Amino acid sequence: MKSRRVLSILLPAATGALFVAIWYGIHFWLSEERRFLLPTPGAIIGAFQQNAAQLGRAALNTTEGALLGFIAAIVVSVGLSLVLSLSGLVRVSLYPYLMILQMTPVIVIAPILILWVGPGIRSVVVITFLICFFPLVVNTTQGLVSTDRNLIELFRMWRATRLQQIIQLRLPAALPYFFTGLRIAATLAPIGALVGDYTAGSSAGDGGGLGFQTLIYSGQAKYPALFATAATTCVLGFIFTAVVLGLSWLALHQWHDSYERSDK
Amino acid sequence: MPETPLVALREVSKRFGAGPLVLDRVSLSAQPGDFVSLIGPSGCGKSTLLRLIAGLTPASGGSILVANRSPEEAGTDLGFVFQEPTLLPWLTVGKNVELPQKLRGADAAARGETRREAIELVGLTEKTDAYPRQLSGGQKMRVSIARALTLAPRILLLDEPFGALDEMTREHLNEELLAIRERQQWTAFFVTHSVAEAVFLSDRIVVMAANPGRIHSEVRIPLPYPRTPETRLSRAYQDLVAEVSRVLRSVETADAA
Repeated sequence: MKSRRVLSILLPAATGALFVAIWYGIHFWLSEERRFLLPTPGAIIGAFQQNAAQLGRAALNTTEGALLGFIAAIVVSVGLSLVLSLSGLVRVSLYPYLMILQMTPVIVIAPILILWVGPGIRSVVVITFLICFFPLVVNTTQGLVSTDRNLIELFRMWRATRLQQIIQLRLPAALPYFFTGLRIAATLAPIGALVGDYTAGSSAGDGGGLGFQTLIYSGQAKYPALFATAATTCVLGFIFTAVVLGLSWLALHQWHDSYERSDK
Repeated sequence: MPETPLVALREVSKRFGAGPLVLDRVSLSAQPGDFVSLIGPSGCGKSTLLRLIAGLTPASGGSILVANRSPEEAGTDLGFVFQEPTLLPWLTVGKNVELPQKLRGADAAARGETRREAIELVGLTEKTDAYPRQLSGGQKMRVSIARALTLAPRILLLDEPFGALDEMTREHLNEELLAIRERQQWTAFFVTHSVAEAVFLSDRIVVMAANPGRIHSEVRIPLPYPRTPETRLSRAYQDLVAEVSRVLRSVETADAA
């Protein structure tokens, strides 16, 4: 299986090289006055170095907003899921309004939010929260209500308290579902923060994030820097996803079927 | 009968909501140490009967007494084993087995002792730290039985516990179950589809009929304990299997007619 392993490194590298070659090809195929449309990877790396301080600070600000919104979404959604899992009646009374919240585009809510909580990081956090919230609530609730009926009956026969049933049975049983929601939310969090920052960001007191930086660079027609901003956002998304995948592995790999069996 | 029965059902009926009658005036009792199997066509309410004794669902009529109390109050007098192992997949074998005690607030030392004994009883000591997914179907069922025994129940209710296992594993577990009972003396109600299994395990087989669920007849199994693989080869055993099969078939054809 060693050749497979080598291939699994070689093939993506080859795809990358081909991609970069085509990129350069297109760049030089364009007439000289139109080449600004697609700056070369080299130019982008250059822009990255040139704006490193600015991009770094913006990335940190966006990370802060994304992280705060993400964590707030986790806390609130787990709490709300517990309430929703109490009874079908609670679910039918609340689900339509959760749907409405999810269906309303953030771009429309953003100006209202700026009025309510003020521009800058606060709006960014709220917008990230709104975007991450829904997949977390839906998945966690699904997990909490899909607990094995027989296990619940055993807990009843063992005279477990309601709290014991939630902590020792329903919550761990819902973990795989929770992590499914968390993975979706992790890819959404940096995007949410960026969109929030784009519409509600402010440069006051270094408060600008990557979304705000996008506005500035596009206003100044700094296209290589714009590409560098996109790359930075991408890295941020990867970090978020990697951390969540790591946490999911820690929580589930020993017992859940989604991870390969190590022995037997 | 000399002593008061440990489990006594008198004229017990059950219907779910406004649905049809699932059980029609069932009367049944068991003395301490009895091994009673419930057998019958699907839809005869044998699993429902077990759940009534367990207090998992209330009776619509009649009375059920478990150790002179209602099933809901019987608490740790009752142990229940489902057809599926019903283990918590995120807990190791050891943690699964000690869970009922943990929920009742037993201290770690007492838990550890009972856990060791129960796991040893089913021969899985070396699997104590394994997770359920690392076990075979038969091993998981053993863990489920060990767990049911940790609260030292006086009555063990088993709902087709070996129904999903292959023939060989099932026969082994039948022998093990009787061996454990030699040491612990609980009373068993055992729901099964297998006549051979019922004859091997029980001292009484209750044959049930469907639509509505009711007791058709009772067959005594006078084979001496301890029963071993040789028991299955004996003439008496094979005659009893034939007899119970005949009764069961008459119930099923009457139902189809």
